[in-house]
Amino acid sequence: MAFDSFSAFLAMEGHGPYVWTCYAVFVVFVAGMMFWSARRNRAVIEGCKRRFEQQQGTSGQDVRQKASATFTRVEVSQD
Amino acid sequence: MHPIRKKRLTIVVFLMAGIAIAVGLTTYALRQNINLFYDPTQIAAGEAPTDVRIRAGGMVEEGSVQRESDSLKVQFRVTDYSASVPVQYDGILPDLFAEGQGVVAMGRLNSEGLFVADQVLAKHDENYMPPEVADSLERAEKSRADAEKAAQSASY
Amino acid sequence: MWQFFHKLGSPKWFYGIATRFMPWLLVAGLMLLLAGLVWGLAFAPKDYLQGNSYRIIFIHVPTAFLAQSMYIMMAAAGVVTLVWRMKLADVFVKAVAPVGLVFTFLSLFTGAVWGKPTWGTWWIWDARLTSMLILLFLYGGVIALDRAINDEKSAARAVAVLVLVGVVNIPIIKYSVEWWNTLHQPATLKLTEEPSMPTEMLVPLLLSIAGLYLLFGWLACLRMKTEILVREQRTRWVKDMIMAGGR
Repeated sequence: MAFDSFSAFLAMEGHGPYVWTCYAVFVVFVAGMMFWSARRNRAVIEGCKRRFEQQQGTSGQDVRQKASATFTRVEVSQD
Repeated sequence: MHPIRKKRLTIVVFLMAGIAIAVGLTTYALRQNINLFYDPTQIAAGEAPTDVRIRAGGMVEEGSVQRESDSLKVQFRVTDYSASVPVQYDGILPDLFAEGQGVVAMGRLNSEGLFVADQVLAKHDENYMPPEVADSLERAEKSRADAEKAAQSASY
Repeated sequence: MWQFFHKLGSPKWFYGIATRFMPWLLVAGLMLLLAGLVWGLAFAPKDYLQGNSYRIIFIHVPTAFLAQSMYIMMAAAGVVTLVWRMKLADVFVKAVAPVGLVFTFLSLFTGAVWGKPTWGTWWIWDARLTSMLILLFLYGGVIALDRAINDEKSAARAVAVLVLVGVVNIPIIKYSVEWWNTLHQPATLKLTEEPSMPTEMLVPLLLSIAGLYLLFGWLACLRMKTEILVREQRTRWVKDMIMAGGR
């Protein structure tokens, strides 16, 4: 450990605010980007799944029950 | 490779070569504007305009820093080891400011060749090392200089 | 070699490979990055001149490095789009451009926060900082141009041309500190020479670069998979895969 105590680690001899701001912003942006990318991926998969199920529904027997699913269908943005 | 693809590839290569040449020539023509500062040699040669806000950069000459005791006013010389320029500054210096360290000063060159700065920034190099290593390097440097001096006096 | 190249153009083939590699990329990337950052923050010795503020280097250099190498990869993909009309190359450019924007922003931001205590200023219009800002605008331009054109094929070509035009900025960023005088110092890590850093600082830096590189690989795979799904949602293989519970 390059520091004597935890408070010295936080203070970083006066450079603490600079160093910790950088690390915090870095972690927030990288974690945020990972999270949003994963979320959008899941949303697209769910959207496709719902559409495929609905297609199967309309071509199959249980038309009335599946038709209500169109209202809850999530339109996934293309961007 | 398919002839159409070969043709497209040639176009892409020519496009990029053209852009590279154009940008290269432009940046070469503008090099004095892209340079952040004038170095002391250029200032000594009279290349820098006087009474216009410019930047001067180089190393703070060892032993040249004179601080006034009753104000923040400070005078030092900036050198690139072939020429040097006197700089006057009134304000708070950055933490890294020290003799032998790099600086970039912003201000005006007056007609007597004195550079009156209104902002001084510290410039550091790309070398990083722990303090102990820096200390031992400095000690080694000093003992080498001492040994040289001793050898010189012994030869007389 | 050409066979592999053409196989790579198949979105289905890529989708399978990406799914297989992604867990490894994520785990290895997170571990390396965490190791590098903790080592750099708490265990690496402080610098003789800058003290502890230099610890910002362990995120500043990896993000700047990634931002530039991602642009080079995008340019290579741009050539593939223009010459071979391979869809996957365009998918890559679209998936990666926002990541590049974020990394460029992070390197500029950390650089500014680092510059304040060491140089005495947040920002200066020297060649290195300005060319890096241009890179940020290039990434933004790529994203904006792609969104502005509705037709997929024309968007792909326009974006590829913009990426290729902008690639001249990369050598300018790299050599700006040598061709012109700047406030920014020259590179610490060099390709041909010894790095100007002792091992106990160099190892955490290399660890975090490697970790961020792998994390970028994970992000690129994930985002490319999303883009492939959006584009190929009407195809048979997507339907079969999703109905079989595939991810």
